[in-house]
Amino acid sequence: MDIFIQQLINGLTLGSVYALVALGYTMVYGIIGLINFAHGDVVMIGAMAATMIATALVGGDPTVSAFAVLAVGLLVAVPLCMAVGWTAERVAYRPLRRAPRLAALITAIGVSIILQNLAMMVWGRNYLNFPQVLEPRVFELAGARMTSLQMAIVLIAALLMGALFAVVHKTRLGTAMRATAQNREVAGLMGININTVISAAFLIGSALAAIAGMMVTTYYGVAQYTMGFLLGLKAFTAAVLGGIGNMVGAMAGGLLLGIIESLGAGYIGDLTGGFLGSHYQDVFAFVVLVAVLIFRPSGLLGERVGDRA
Amino acid sequence: MSNTTHARSFSGRNLLGIALIGVVLAVLPFMLGMAGQSWVRILNFALLYVMLALGLNIVVGFAGLLDLGYIAFYAVGAYTWALLASPHFGLHLPFWAILPISLGLACVFGVLLGAPTLKLRGDYLAIVTLGFGEIIRIFLNNLNAPINITNGPQGINRIDGFAIGEFMFSRSERIFGMRFTSPEKYYYLLLAITLLIIFVCMRLQNSRIGRAWEAIREDEVAAKAMGINTRNIKLLAFAMGASFGGVAGAMFAAMQGFVSPESFSLTESISVLCMVVLGGMGNIPGVILGAVLLAALPEFLRAVVEPLQRLIFGDVVLDPEGIRMLLFGLAMVCVMLFRPAGLWPSALRKRELTGANGNGGGA
Repeated sequence: MDIFIQQLINGLTLGSVYALVALGYTMVYGIIGLINFAHGDVVMIGAMAATMIATALVGGDPTVSAFAVLAVGLLVAVPLCMAVGWTAERVAYRPLRRAPRLAALITAIGVSIILQNLAMMVWGRNYLNFPQVLEPRVFELAGARMTSLQMAIVLIAALLMGALFAVVHKTRLGTAMRATAQNREVAGLMGININTVISAAFLIGSALAAIAGMMVTTYYGVAQYTMGFLLGLKAFTAAVLGGIGNMVGAMAGGLLLGIIESLGAGYIGDLTGGFLGSHYQDVFAFVVLVAVLIFRPSGLLGERVGDRA
Repeated sequence: MSNTTHARSFSGRNLLGIALIGVVLAVLPFMLGMAGQSWVRILNFALLYVMLALGLNIVVGFAGLLDLGYIAFYAVGAYTWALLASPHFGLHLPFWAILPISLGLACVFGVLLGAPTLKLRGDYLAIVTLGFGEIIRIFLNNLNAPINITNGPQGINRIDGFAIGEFMFSRSERIFGMRFTSPEKYYYLLLAITLLIIFVCMRLQNSRIGRAWEAIREDEVAAKAMGINTRNIKLLAFAMGASFGGVAGAMFAAMQGFVSPESFSLTESISVLCMVVLGGMGNIPGVILGAVLLAALPEFLRAVVEPLQRLIFGDVVLDPEGIRMLLFGLAMVCVMLFRPAGLWPSALRKRELTGANGNGGGA
């Protein structure tokens, strides 16, 4: 039972990160119908930038406080990721908005490769270690351990999601975004500046991605230029699981996927009699994705997407 | 060369062109062989890439289904050969037994992969195939315990070469007074298979099936209304594309004598996709051009960019592999933005991709 609760806590932490990244996918998909393949790499850039800043700060002054490290990292990573996301949309996706779907999709893959290799040239091939500035306190919780870092990740993610929900449902920009998602042409006729709305979706998504990147690198303690690929794939799975285009769905899908993955990795050894071990953890997201696509392609909370044009 | 697909009767000029290309292809390994056998090996890899690109072209170019895990079929083919013709299991089957098995197995995997996404739009397919490619690699990497099937990250070595009876392709020997090295022999074998694949592709493109693929690519609903069984035709595209990948993989294993999961990374899938996109989706000569160009690119970078960097910075600052992938990414974006039909577009594809009618196809 302890293991169960422990894996649940780990899954919740992981799931919060997935949910933040999945929101970026689902917002862009809801509005322009594009799977932004480069989104995972934006997360990676956030993680790498934050790690680099933290290393530099700690290298300069080993007594620097953890909050200063995180704050400066945030101040660098978030604008950087927003700039990357905005530029990608402006340069690569906007001219193709009316092009066939395949063209936009291939472009997004191209952007993803470019970002990955630029990151490799800037930061190198090796893993960057996030300096040990955080000393998480450990809490006992029903026989399992939860660190203060895990708590912070879950709380911050919940706060951000609440804030995003408020923005989308209470502000003019949010109303414009929802209108654009429903029907781009008509929203344009109603006086909404479509380009602004789409840029805003990319900016918000990228900011969330930057924060998610910081969470990953502080949680695992490492960052590398290829980390965005698998993270992006899983976050996309989370978005599909919840129902792509649906924000609440993305949040729920992220949490659920994180928990499925943790529990799966914790129990797969026992279930298969030791035949498959926990290094198959990455397979679960994919199994979930295929299962959802077969049995409920609209996701848990989504509308029918089978042939939505 | 594209005329050959349309015109039944060859004009004199066409014949001359074909003869010329034939002569060049026949003597190419000897010309390159003078510069070193490694160049012949590069040529062989270019031929493997042509096979892969042609296979992917069926899925992406003809049927308009974006497959991002294509290299998985290459892996299936390669591992099939490796397991059935190496000391790993002590099996040494002849090629006429293994080739159909690897082809069939790749087909099965293609159908397995295509089936769950048939009813969904193309983007989902892209993600599922992406995941599938990774999963295959994860399994190849980890299936060494508790039962050792793939030998894990170490890979399988001492794989048998291709042999027809006593005629071994992995040995140098004298034939008709001329010395043939192993890469040169493989070159002719690969060339023969590639030509066969090109022939099959050309015949497919203008067949009933090829037209059905095209119809599905343009508008799936309309294609269905016209009486095309879209499910079977799409699965057929997957199976055909995958089978070419399987054959190429088997040849790769036979030629290399060694396979490991490393060779089947996502990077490779993207490279092959890039060849198809750059050359011109759906146009066979274009795809061949794309494959040859991009297969030669790393060698070009090694020969030009490295010395150039040494000259300017005194050291290799940016490694060629990074530059290669960066160029691939840039090429994909730029081709889609400025030349969406590729470097050598087919006439039809060009019209449809440049004709801005708003809603695009049903890809």
